[in-house]
Amino acid sequence: MRNRKSFTALILAAAALTALSTGTASAAAKLTLYCSPQIEWCKLMVEAFEKETGIKVAMTRKSSGETFAQIKAEARNPKGDVWWGGTGDPHLQAAEEGLTYEYKSPLFDQLHPWAQGQAEAANYKTVGIYAGALGIGYNSELLKSKGLPAPKCWKDLGNPVYKGEIQIANPNSSGTSYTTLATLVQIFGEDDAFDFYKKMHKNINQYTKSGSAPIKATARGETAIGITFMHDMVTQKVNGFPIEIVSPCEGTGYEIGSMSIIKGARNLDSAKKFYDFALNAKIQTRAKEAKAYQVPSNKNATPPKESPDLTKLKLIDYDFKKYGSSAERRRLLKKWDDEIKSLPR
Amino acid sequence: MIERPVAIDKVAAVWIVVGFVGFGVLPWYVIEDGFWFFGWLTDGYPLDPDYAPGLVQVFADGKIWLAPVAFFLAGALAVARYDKTDPAFSTILIVVGAGGLASVILQGLTIGIAGWEYAILETLFGTVDRQFGMGYGALLSSGAFLFLLTRGIAARGHINGDVFVVSAIGLVVMLVTAFVFFPVSQILVSALQDNDRNYDLSLFASKILARKIWGLNCLYENLSCGVAWNSLVLSITVGLGSSLLGLAFALVVTRSRFKAQKALRILTVLPIITPPFVIGLSMILLFGRAGVVTQFMEFAFDIPASRWIYGFKGIWFAQMLAFTPIAFLVLIGVVEGVSPSMEEAAQTLRANSWKTFTTVTLPLMRPGLANAFLLGFIESMADFGNPFVLGGSYDVLSTEIFFAIVGAQNDQGHAAVLAIVLLSFTLSAFYVQRRWLGAKSYVTVTGKGDAGVHVELPRRVRWPIYSVVIPWTFTMMVIYSMIMFGGFVETWGRDHSFTLRHYIDAFSVTTGPSGLIWNGAAWNSFWTTLTIAGIAAPLTAGIGLLTAYLLARQRFTGKDAFEFGTMLSFAIPGTVIGVSYILAFNVPPLELTGTGVILVLCFMFRNMPVGVRGGIAAMSQLDRQLDEASLTLGANTWLTVRKVILPLLRPAIVAALVFSFVRAITAISAVIFLVSAEYHMATAYIIGRVENGDYGLAIAYSSVLILVMLLVTSLVQIFIGERQLGRRVQSAHKSDPAPEGAVT
Repeated sequence: MRNRKSFTALILAAAALTALSTGTASAAAKLTLYCSPQIEWCKLMVEAFEKETGIKVAMTRKSSGETFAQIKAEARNPKGDVWWGGTGDPHLQAAEEGLTYEYKSPLFDQLHPWAQGQAEAANYKTVGIYAGALGIGYNSELLKSKGLPAPKCWKDLGNPVYKGEIQIANPNSSGTSYTTLATLVQIFGEDDAFDFYKKMHKNINQYTKSGSAPIKATARGETAIGITFMHDMVTQKVNGFPIEIVSPCEGTGYEIGSMSIIKGARNLDSAKKFYDFALNAKIQTRAKEAKAYQVPSNKNATPPKESPDLTKLKLIDYDFKKYGSSAERRRLLKKWDDEIKSLPR
Repeated sequence: MIERPVAIDKVAAVWIVVGFVGFGVLPWYVIEDGFWFFGWLTDGYPLDPDYAPGLVQVFADGKIWLAPVAFFLAGALAVARYDKTDPAFSTILIVVGAGGLASVILQGLTIGIAGWEYAILETLFGTVDRQFGMGYGALLSSGAFLFLLTRGIAARGHINGDVFVVSAIGLVVMLVTAFVFFPVSQILVSALQDNDRNYDLSLFASKILARKIWGLNCLYENLSCGVAWNSLVLSITVGLGSSLLGLAFALVVTRSRFKAQKALRILTVLPIITPPFVIGLSMILLFGRAGVVTQFMEFAFDIPASRWIYGFKGIWFAQMLAFTPIAFLVLIGVVEGVSPSMEEAAQTLRANSWKTFTTVTLPLMRPGLANAFLLGFIESMADFGNPFVLGGSYDVLSTEIFFAIVGAQNDQGHAAVLAIVLLSFTLSAFYVQRRWLGAKSYVTVTGKGDAGVHVELPRRVRWPIYSVVIPWTFTMMVIYSMIMFGGFVETWGRDHSFTLRHYIDAFSVTTGPSGLIWNGAAWNSFWTTLTIAGIAAPLTAGIGLLTAYLLARQRFTGKDAFEFGTMLSFAIPGTVIGVSYILAFNVPPLELTGTGVILVLCFMFRNMPVGVRGGIAAMSQLDRQLDEASLTLGANTWLTVRKVILPLLRPAIVAALVFSFVRAITAISAVIFLVSAEYHMATAYIIGRVENGDYGLAIAYSSVLILVMLLVTSLVQIFIGERQLGRRVQSAHKSDPAPEGAVT
């Protein structure tokens, strides 16, 4: 009896193993895509690309930090072809470490200058596909019930009335927060920026690990003010939370969501096709179907109506080359850790 | 014996044949289209270099470095000339086995996808062709060499010449080396390197002694302490708390007239089967500053809303919820196994129930308690989900490691340093536990019939236990109702109008022309997860219990090192395992990334220690005389294991199976690096939704997973059945109708 049972179990296990088979023996063109934005957007891109080209796409969605770590670990025998989306910094780092492939798309001239600048900063080993500006988000209900004024500028966040009410990510763990640090250094100069951080430090209730966590906490009333990218704020607002978005009066920095072809890609032709496809105005305009509120990089694409109008924001001339480099990043992060994080609150 | 001086040893013969099949018949290299793709049979085999067996590779494709394999295989044939008692028999097998294994491994590690792996070899021997990862042939040959080697060692008379035991040890050592030591060493070495990959020991010293890790500032000023202390304090308190609570639950379930025992059992299992983040999120919704409970407290009792949940208290609370069940699972088998006769003997000697409990029952549970503490400690150390959600400014090693790798600093070396600190903690805990248990005997299940019935808990113990277990149970029920509720509302925590939208998004099925279409967003990862977990669970339980058997029942040199090795993978944080698996298995000789196999292996070796701990705890209660009786009656070791030990280990088997199954489903930090387009796991999908703030679907998916795991868990329980210890049939509440005096 028992023997028969274990035999059945064996058969079942064998059957299940067979189901694991990776056998897709087709010579048809294919593409392995590493995708870092939200899954809906990734799926939209994959479906549209498959429909247009007939190339079969195998897509994996991981956050940009995870993808970068994976590409780095796989460097000796790359498995991916294109890395699409996710904040620009790790793309720049990948370019710096020689993990990505140099390619200039025929559609390059249709791109906004900031997207072209991203490519030039990396010797065409990456390119901008969307942009998102940093901002201050607050929970209007909570602020009202506490009788607090709405912040308008970065400097306001140093005001002691906000004690224990502000959240921002730890720049050592979050690219978003590093972008904020670099932005403030560029706006105020390094010394003043760190002075401001010291003042704001007293108001911070938590340095979160993930970049978008502050706005989620703000949405749910766990904190009154959060500093993240504006498009993350729009998402929460669209979900029905009482979020108000502030574009700081001193100006603000931005990220450039990027795309790179992985060096050693096994399907280089398909990768180039996807690259050109992703820069196309038509597909960039469709981003809003996936609730993506970033600003597209193709000049001819229409940005979603909910997304902040970059032309109306006071955007700084963000130096991606300098602040995207490993050395400068390491220096600023260490300084932040030593001078800000270690202060008592 | 005189007429036939040479009797061919069956074991050796079988493995020699296997070796020849592996080298001469099956494709040597991995088939790119997958392990179960058999198209090569009609596609140029056996001459096509992609599919050719080793023998053809040597002669037709100039892969001259495979020749030693052939040499050792041929050498093995020489054993046919000797009897197995002849010293030459064992010598030949040991030389052939060790030599063959070494030649396969050496060529695999030195010649890779770009020719020589090390520049110095190229200057010495000139350039070579590149080669791909090992396939069926290489793996089969390696296995053959391994078992020839162990057969030879057994023939030497080691471990009583027991072929089964020596082979089992060989197998476990080989697997643990390949899938734990090898990958982990790949990443730990980066702790010794600077940013440009040069070795720098002084830098390592300054990194590992950094104030950020070891600072004690929290003791005398308003600053946080080093991350190592944070982790240590958390893990010790969680380890102690969860083993005590787990013991309380185990006692209530087995030794009280508590009515809702079954329900309690299910409830204690719930946290194990809950995907990460879910408990943390629901705790925020309950106890966060804007949480339901907090708001109510503020409204009703004027207790100002605070953020106490973010930090040590919150993580501790969540981890206690999550890890008490693990302690419970380890302890329940032990509590059941404690011999009633000993307790009855104590009572006959006029000990009251309190005295019996403290001097007999409790000491006999020491192995269980020690193992429960160890597991709680290690789990808490390595836990990533709860500190991530609830950590606030309380940094612990596991999250720091994760963000050292994926965060903005992207510093693998720093992660490795932190991993070494974490590893040293868990291994010290392991050592302390061993010392505490000492060499005492905890045997309570012997061959003699033990028909006693457990004494009920003394009143002094019963009421404190009830007073903890009941509120705890209530909290759990509230939290799980919150979770189930969260899947049915528009926006959890904001807009609580009823909707089925999330379930439809995730799990809709429509009928199309060709039958059912599974067009819900979750189906793909759902089926993959179940398949992978279903394959990993029996394998994990198998290797875990085998190892436990070797450790608890056999004596051999190097046993301590062996035990240490099997515990290692559990003590290493998932993130480190994930990245080290990519580093090790993305390139030949074992090229596994992007397959389902790498996930199965990762789960097997990550969760194996639970089977080992549970198995050892259970086996240390079984009298060796049981094995000896069986051996004396002429059964061999394998038969003894199958007919005597395994049936008595049913609770441990259930625990190992269930645990490895659910852990494969709920694991996250290692998995996130190993999932691929084809093999996407549920937790990786859920974490993506959580990152995007889409809690509805994440929670709906988690709820479904919880239900599925509950179902599977109960099925395993029914399928394997309970251990039948012949206790007296007592009044109606005892549902254990085993015949008296028999151990079945």
